[in-house]
Amino acid sequence: MTDTTDTRSHMPLGLAQRGYTGVIQHLAAKQAGSALSDVELESRLIELGFVEGARVEVLHEGLVGRDPIAVRVDSITIAVRRREAMAIIVA
Amino acid sequence: MELPLLHLALVGTPNSGKTSLFNALTGSRQKVANYPGVTVERKEGFFVTPLGRQVSVVDLPGTYSLRGRSPDEEITRDFVLGKATGEIVPDLVLCVADSTNLRLTIRLLLELKRTGRPMILVLNMFDIASRRGITVDVVRLAKELGVPVVTSIAVRKGGTADLLALTDEISAKLATEPQENSWRALSVSELRSTQREADRIIADCVSLPARPDTWTARIDAVVLHPVGGLIVLALILFFMFQAVFAWAQPLMDLLKSGFDALGEFVHATLPEGLFQSFLQDGAISGVGSVIVFLPQIIIIFLFILLLEDFGYMARAAFLMDRIMGGAGLHGRAFIPLLSSFACAIPGIMATRVIDNKRDRLTTILISPLMTCSARIPVYTLIISAFIPAKDVWGFINLQGLVMFGLYAAGIASALAVSFVIKFFMIRDYAPAPFMLELPDYKMPRLKSIVIGIYTRAKMFLVRAGTTIFSMMVLIWFLASFPQPPAGATEPAIDFSLAAMIGKALAPLLAPVGFNWQIAVALIPGMAAREVAVAALGTVYAIEGGKEAAEQIGQVLATKWSLATALSMLAWYIFAPQCASTLAVIRRETGSWAWMGVTFTYMLVLAYAASFVTYNVALALGAG
Repeated sequence: MTDTTDTRSHMPLGLAQRGYTGVIQHLAAKQAGSALSDVELESRLIELGFVEGARVEVLHEGLVGRDPIAVRVDSITIAVRRREAMAIIVA
Repeated sequence: MELPLLHLALVGTPNSGKTSLFNALTGSRQKVANYPGVTVERKEGFFVTPLGRQVSVVDLPGTYSLRGRSPDEEITRDFVLGKATGEIVPDLVLCVADSTNLRLTIRLLLELKRTGRPMILVLNMFDIASRRGITVDVVRLAKELGVPVVTSIAVRKGGTADLLALTDEISAKLATEPQENSWRALSVSELRSTQREADRIIADCVSLPARPDTWTARIDAVVLHPVGGLIVLALILFFMFQAVFAWAQPLMDLLKSGFDALGEFVHATLPEGLFQSFLQDGAISGVGSVIVFLPQIIIIFLFILLLEDFGYMARAAFLMDRIMGGAGLHGRAFIPLLSSFACAIPGIMATRVIDNKRDRLTTILISPLMTCSARIPVYTLIISAFIPAKDVWGFINLQGLVMFGLYAAGIASALAVSFVIKFFMIRDYAPAPFMLELPDYKMPRLKSIVIGIYTRAKMFLVRAGTTIFSMMVLIWFLASFPQPPAGATEPAIDFSLAAMIGKALAPLLAPVGFNWQIAVALIPGMAAREVAVAALGTVYAIEGGKEAAEQIGQVLATKWSLATALSMLAWYIFAPQCASTLAVIRRETGSWAWMGVTFTYMLVLAYAASFVTYNVALALGAG
C-alpha cells in the first residue's frame, strides 16, 4: 500500500498543522493509542470517509493543545481528536 | 377492501435532512415516545399518499452503518432487520441522503441493500446541490445501485411529490414472498471495499464542482477560530441566558397570575372545605408552579433547535471538547449542561445528543448541580434577609457576590463529581473518542423549529405534568391531614402528617442547623424547589405566601441564625429534592437505580455541605 513514487514522507495526520493538505496513504489504528480497539477505530474512520486516496486538509484547530482538529475529507468536514488522527497516515 | 397501513422507515446518516423530510411528510401528525426498554426517542408520523394509501413512517436515529455501536444505532439496525421488539417490519425503507454529500450515505445504502428490504434512495436537499453546481445522473445512479432513486426538497412545498408518487407505485407491487437477508456485520476490509464501491458509483453518476460551500468556510473562519470562536460562543451563551431570564419573565408572570386567578376563582366559587383546598392548593397551585417554567423551556429549545438546524451545535462541541475533557466530560455534554441552568429537565432531555452511554450518564448525573432557575427564589429570599447589601472592595455588591458564589459552587461541584465518576468508571468503560461531522451551515426552517418545539413542549407538559400532579396530590394530602381539631389557633399544618414528618426529621437535620419548619418546607420543595419559599411562608403562618417574600424574609431574619441561613444556602446548591428532575432521570436512564444514585449522592453532598457550613459559621460566631 506504500506509494514509493511519492516524494513527501508519510506522517500521521495527528501531527499535521493547520493548513496541511495531503492524501491518505493508509490507516494504522495500532499507532493511535486510542481507547477504541483497533478494529473499532478503523471502522469508524472508514465510516466517516477516511479511506485510502481521500484528500484531506486540516482546516481548524482547537485552543487547548491545538486539539481537536477539523479536517476536510474530500467533500465533508470531520472533527477528530489528534489522538485518533494518529491512525491516519498521510503524505 | 381497504389496504393495510403501509409501514415506512427513514434511515440516513446524521445531518442528512432526515428529520426535515419526516416533518415535511407528516406535518404535526407525529407521535413521540420511547422504544420499549431503552431511552431512544421513537418518532412516528402518519400521512396519506396521493392514491389514498394510509402510511405510518418512523424516523430512525441517524447512523453511518448498521454495526450498532450506540443504543440509537442498535435501534436503527434492529428496526430495519425486523428484530426490534414490539415493532413491525418496515414494508419499505427510505434511505435519505444529503445530495451535497453522498459518499457516506451511498456506502450506508450498499450495506442496507444486503438486508433485502425494499428500498428507495431519497436525494434530499436537491435544490442546494443544484445551486452548488452538483449534477446527479439519477437514472444511472438507480441502475448502478439497483434501487429506485428519487429527488426531494423537504423544505419546499410540494418538494416531496415525486417521493409520494414513487411510494404509491412501489407499494402497489410490493412482493409478498419472503425477502432474503444476507446482512451481517461488515469486517474492516468489507467496509473499505464498500466505500470504494460507493466512491466508484459516485464518480460515475455525480459531477462535483471544484468549489465547496464558501459560506460555510467563511463562517467557520470566525466561528472555529481558537480564540474568536470561544468569544462568539460566549456571546451566544450570554444572549441565550438573557433570553431565558428576561424574555421568559413576563410570560411566566402571566402564567403565574393566571394560575393564581384560577385558584382564587376556585376558592371563591367552591364552598370552603377539603375539595376546595385540594383544587386550589393541591392541583392548581402545584401543577401551576411547574407549568410556569414552560416559557423558559420553550425559549431554551428554540435556541437549541435553531443552533442545531443551523449546524452550530457540532461547532460548539468542537470548541469545548478539550476544555471540558479535563473534567472527564465529552464535548457534546456542553449544551445539555447549559440548558440545565434554566431547568435540569430540558437539560437532561438534551443529553440525547451524546451517543456514548457513559458520557451521557455522567452528564445526566451532574445536570441537576447546575443552578436551575427554581433555586433563584430561594437564594434571593435568604440572601436579601441575611446578607447585608454593602459593597466589598468598594465596587462589588456583597449580595451579588454571594449569588455568584452559589453559581460557581454549583459548577465546581458538577466538575468535581464528573471527575470522580470518570475516576471510578474509567476502568470498565473506554472514554468515547470525539469524532463528529461538522455539517455545512443551513438556514433553519420555521416549520421544523415549530414542530420541534411543539413536540417537546407537549412532552414536558404531559410527562412532567402527570408526575407533578401525583406528587402534588400526595404533598397536599400530607399537609392537610389529619385536620386540625375545631377551635385550634395554630396553623392547620401543625397538625398534619407533614408536620409529624418534619418533626421526625428534625433531629436528623439538627446537626446542619435546620429546625422542624425547614424540614417541613423541604417536603413540598420536592415537587419544585421554589415551592419551599411558599411552604416556609405557610409554616410560619404568614398570609400571602410567595408574593410577600420580603415579609417572610423579615420573619426569617428574626427566627433563624445566620449559620442556619448559610447552611440552607449550601443545602440548596445541591438540593436533591426535585421530584420532576428525578422522574426525568428515571425515564432517560431507564433505571430506578440511577435515579436513586442521583438522589443519594446529592443528598449526601447537600448534608455534608450544610454540616460544614453550619459548623464553620457557628465556630466563627454566627450562631
